[in-house]
Amino acid sequence: MESNIRTQALKAVRAVEAVFDRAFGARDNPLRHLGALGFYFFWVMAVSGIYLYAFYDTGVTEAYNSVERLTHGQWYLGGVMRSLHRYAADAFVLVMVLHLVKETVNARYRGFRWFSWLTGVPTLWLAYASGIGGYWLVWDEVAQFSATATTEWFDWLPLFGEPLARNFLTPAAVNDRFFSLLSFLHIGIPLLLLLAMWVHIQRVSLADVAPPRRLGWVTLAALAALCVAKPALSAAAANLAIEPAQVALDWFYLFVHPLMYRSSPAIAWGLAFGATLLLAAAPLLPKPKPAPVARVSPPDCNGCGRCVADCPFSAVRLIPHTLKGTYKLQAQVDTALCASCGICAGACPSSTPFRSAGELVSGIDMPQLPIDALRRQLNAGLTQLSGPARTVVVGCDCAADVTSVTGKGVLVLSLPCIGNLPPAFIEYALRRSRQGGGADGVLITGCREGDCAYRFGNEWTEQRVAGEREPHLRLNVPRHRVQIAWANGGEEAALARSLAVFRAALA
Amino acid sequence: MNTATRYLGQAVLYGAFALAIGYFSTAPTYTHLAPGEALLKLSFSHGAQRVGACRDRGDEELAKLPPNMRIRQDCPRERSPVIVELELDGARLHRESLPPSGLSRDGSASVYRRFVVPAGTHRLAARLSDNAKGEFNYRGEKTVTLAPAQIVVVEFHASSGFQFFH
Repeated sequence: MESNIRTQALKAVRAVEAVFDRAFGARDNPLRHLGALGFYFFWVMAVSGIYLYAFYDTGVTEAYNSVERLTHGQWYLGGVMRSLHRYAADAFVLVMVLHLVKETVNARYRGFRWFSWLTGVPTLWLAYASGIGGYWLVWDEVAQFSATATTEWFDWLPLFGEPLARNFLTPAAVNDRFFSLLSFLHIGIPLLLLLAMWVHIQRVSLADVAPPRRLGWVTLAALAALCVAKPALSAAAANLAIEPAQVALDWFYLFVHPLMYRSSPAIAWGLAFGATLLLAAAPLLPKPKPAPVARVSPPDCNGCGRCVADCPFSAVRLIPHTLKGTYKLQAQVDTALCASCGICAGACPSSTPFRSAGELVSGIDMPQLPIDALRRQLNAGLTQLSGPARTVVVGCDCAADVTSVTGKGVLVLSLPCIGNLPPAFIEYALRRSRQGGGADGVLITGCREGDCAYRFGNEWTEQRVAGEREPHLRLNVPRHRVQIAWANGGEEAALARSLAVFRAALA
Repeated sequence: MNTATRYLGQAVLYGAFALAIGYFSTAPTYTHLAPGEALLKLSFSHGAQRVGACRDRGDEELAKLPPNMRIRQDCPRERSPVIVELELDGARLHRESLPPSGLSRDGSASVYRRFVVPAGTHRLAARLSDNAKGEFNYRGEKTVTLAPAQIVVVEFHASSGFQFFH
């Protein structure tokens, strides 16, 4: 049931991503950089917030008046900064929710990803606490409505001796010091949010915390254009003797207030706590049996560190070599962090099929598909290949099903991740063709750009084939005989078309 | 997809992003109170009378106590619940028994309730009991004229009784 719903949702998400891919290209597709955009919007808020803070006065009337002066007195900068602050905050919520949806439909909440998932849950609360507090600072009708509604909501909890809402009972109930406290909270809570975001990315290496430059600038330009076209303005000044009847709400942040008034504080809390508990418990959902983790063979590891550099989850580190008198360092796998993707084995220089050893043992390898077994599969398959344009298709278990393109003259191999493929295997398959019985071409496929199930498998492979990353495909390998065609699960027809075009060119 | 179409696609998608942010940051407008509605809030925090009477300790009893605790009067800590009733134009709008706060039930009883009422002229009456017998020993009433969206607050202080702010 869960899987069926998720599969349908995943299809929908991928269809939308494909539309964005066509417009932006995979590299600049904002849907492939949602986390990075979250960080980006946070920094936009931080910079614009520092500017606003310099002009903000704390006081019942001063708060509203200072924001009005800034908005209208220097609309060209202060007004734009205020709007930028507001809209970046809204955009932050938008990308945060999209990020959550995308990770959910990709089932990235369990197994080795539990830490990143769980640490993401408090960021939701902190983001809302930061944003709602920001609205109060303006002390207009929206702020009054939000402050009253929030305290009425919190008063349902049996935590406070005296109702918090009494703090907003009459105009005389609010004093200047309240705004000093608010501005302190509006700095402190976002700092906690930043800390939570930092913890959130601790278990991934090379975390995507900055969008591509072009995406960043154009997004900023879009927000700036919005700031000019529709500047953020205050409503009428707060007046606790009059209840705001019509409220121009920011639905990204303040939707919980109408929810509470249209239902009840209990239902609103039930939904908030229920959603939080569901999210926090998601890592406990049944998961497939975990695959064996990477294994280091100390006699074959020279401590070069390429597996450390390529591991997407910081699961490999270097320690003093356990065999004295050989090399200084060797790799060590943290089994709790290992995703079993095999990208480390693909990065290991000893994972070369050209070695004459009877049993090929790599410095770091995957027990479920060791390099030696891969070589044997390749050798056996190559001897069976016949006909023109003999092609080896290497794919991964997370992307388009490569067995769908099995046919005469085509050998398919599926790895845990395409990053598990040592580039030397490409050359190995092609070199044997000169001796007869080998392949005329190698087609590499895997998850689409920016969508690798293990973050960097496709990117590292592309760089290895292009000679930009070690270990690289040797330069003497004719590149027209090597083709990369990324295709996600469900895009088998596109893979088949790419293969047909490639084989036609080979023939 | 050619370059021009791609740029057009990007412009459309960036425009949709800005449009979504711009629209939902202030719209649709939420109707919190319908036209012709006003708001009545009942709120106070009050420490009720003790549930039992104080008694004087005898000399012998006092002598048994440590010197720093020799206080003549011995009063029970627990306070009575506060019962409050609110009437609007002669009809009961609300009645509530408010327990004292604290583990020993010796703190103040507090309340905050909001009622949406029609705008216009209303006769408000409130009464409160803060004793163990449940007798209403505080009363207050006032005629108020409320404009739409206007708030009237019914507060209570032991020293001044019920107050109606609007």
